[in-house]
Amino acid sequence: MLHPEIESMPREQLQKLQFEKLKKTVERVYENVPFYKQKFQEKGLLPGDLKSFDDLKLLPFTVKQDLRDNYPFGLFAAPMSDVVRVHASSGTTGKPTVVGYTQNDIDGWSDIIARCVAMAGGGKGDVVQVAYGYGLFTGGLGLHYGAERLGAAVIPISGGNTKRQLMLMEDFGTTILCCTPSYALFLAEEAREHGIDLINGKIKAGIFGAEPWSENMRKELEKGLGIKAYNIYGLSEIMGPGVSMECECQCGMHIMEDFFIPEIIDPDTGETLPYGAKGELVFTTITKEAFPLLRYRTRDISVLREEKCDCGRTFVRMERVMGRTDDMLIIRGVNVFPSQIESVLLEIGETEPHYLLVVDRQGNLDNLEVWVEVSEKMFSDEVRKLEELEKKLRHEIASLLGISAKIKLVEPKTIPRSEGKAKRVVDKREL
Amino acid sequence: MKVQQISVFLENKSGRLATLTEVLGEAGINIRALSIADTSDFGILRLIVSNPANALKVLKEAGFTVSITDVIAVEVKDEPGGLAVVLKALEMAGINIEYLYAFLEKSSNDALVVFRVEQIDDALSLLAKNNINVLKGEDVYKL
Ligand SMILES: [Zn+2]
Repeated sequence: MLHPEIESMPREQLQKLQFEKLKKTVERVYENVPFYKQKFQEKGLLPGDLKSFDDLKLLPFTVKQDLRDNYPFGLFAAPMSDVVRVHASSGTTGKPTVVGYTQNDIDGWSDIIARCVAMAGGGKGDVVQVAYGYGLFTGGLGLHYGAERLGAAVIPISGGNTKRQLMLMEDFGTTILCCTPSYALFLAEEAREHGIDLINGKIKAGIFGAEPWSENMRKELEKGLGIKAYNIYGLSEIMGPGVSMECECQCGMHIMEDFFIPEIIDPDTGETLPYGAKGELVFTTITKEAFPLLRYRTRDISVLREEKCDCGRTFVRMERVMGRTDDMLIIRGVNVFPSQIESVLLEIGETEPHYLLVVDRQGNLDNLEVWVEVSEKMFSDEVRKLEELEKKLRHEIASLLGISAKIKLVEPKTIPRSEGKAKRVVDKREL
Repeated sequence: MKVQQISVFLENKSGRLATLTEVLGEAGINIRALSIADTSDFGILRLIVSNPANALKVLKEAGFTVSITDVIAVEVKDEPGGLAVVLKALEMAGINIEYLYAFLEKSSNDALVVFRVEQIDDALSLLAKNNINVLKGEDVYKL
């Protein structure tokens, strides 16, 4: 355990610590973020009204739309001169969601990730291959700084280029691999095909996240790579990877409660649910300076467990994300909303596009197929023009989402409609 | 001198063409000429029919994506090199042929070929200048 005094702090003491930090965060957003000040005023609430930990319930929720409405920096609680980094995720209608970090935020995040890598058995002397994407996405740089903080040697290879991944893994003696679980499976398969023996190699652990996966995939990964596979969870709005992470017991992800307060709510009523109940995950950040969020609704469905873990940590655990309360898909680690595809179709002049996202996993990689009903407006008697249309759509989707999609033009009324509302997603992946 | 062609979007799945011909048959519409251009995923069916306006209506009602395209129906001498004469004239004038296909039945001793070109008016005046016979729409629909 990297920070035993915190990670195994008695819960009563932990809650006191959380409450102190929460009060500071509430004051900070009230003073610095007009959006929150207005929300408080609407509720007739002042920061001083927060008398106990349970008063968390009084605070307003924050939703993704609030981030969009305040694009780009409207929710920042620190002056831009104190911001040392921004990250962003692709937006649902073109504009991305932007998050910012002060140096203290980056330091805190690095501490969290250091904790996570240590949970996976890492430390000084380990070689950590970070195959998450580097850039606006939080995965790559998040793991990078944390592994460095721990004192491990980092290979900042980023995603893709499988051949090189395998070569460096062998030649540099990678001990811990960080990437999406589907990419890890793909690497395992490619290694087998090229006669590279990873099972008896130096690699001992994998830190996998950024997309949903299953116990079956865990078994396959552990067998195929000769490692112990750990689940890591996070979202850029809250911090990035490391919001929670599995310990060696592999029985749920410990939430870094000295940084975030988790809640489970009923997504329909907004009512807080007790530990053990299934509902929507909500996080309040209690250390962040640049981009603090109160009761952010993740749309992820999970369960929180308070029972003490065999590892000795007292942090509550969340179960694997079991689904979404919205129609977001995660494809090759990228968040995809059907409305993004819709915006592309609207841009090419469609007024009421009918489309369907069909996601499948072939081998170990996700495939996205976008079915588009050919309207009279799109239609042409020339094959060339329809092929150009396909190409344009493919290109626009790739530049908006950063992933490739196959476009399939279909006849009108091919896409099933239920109660007048079109079905937008068919997910055939069996994890 | 332009002829109205019906163009229909078809997915490459069995039974669609049969459904379409059924719809036209039930409406008493005859098919004079037809061609299909396809890729691995979809096809475009092009039809010359006895009543284009009505065909457009019934096919739309049956849920097809349909459009009307102006094309030219040219009489080509049924002898070696007959088509080459027409192609050469168009090529010399820089008129691009998007596609062409033949009629099912002949009007006389000559073959009938449908041309789809970008610059349809230029093509028409060029063909007239070269004494190449172009059929009127109403004559084609009646064939
Ligand atoms: Zn544990």
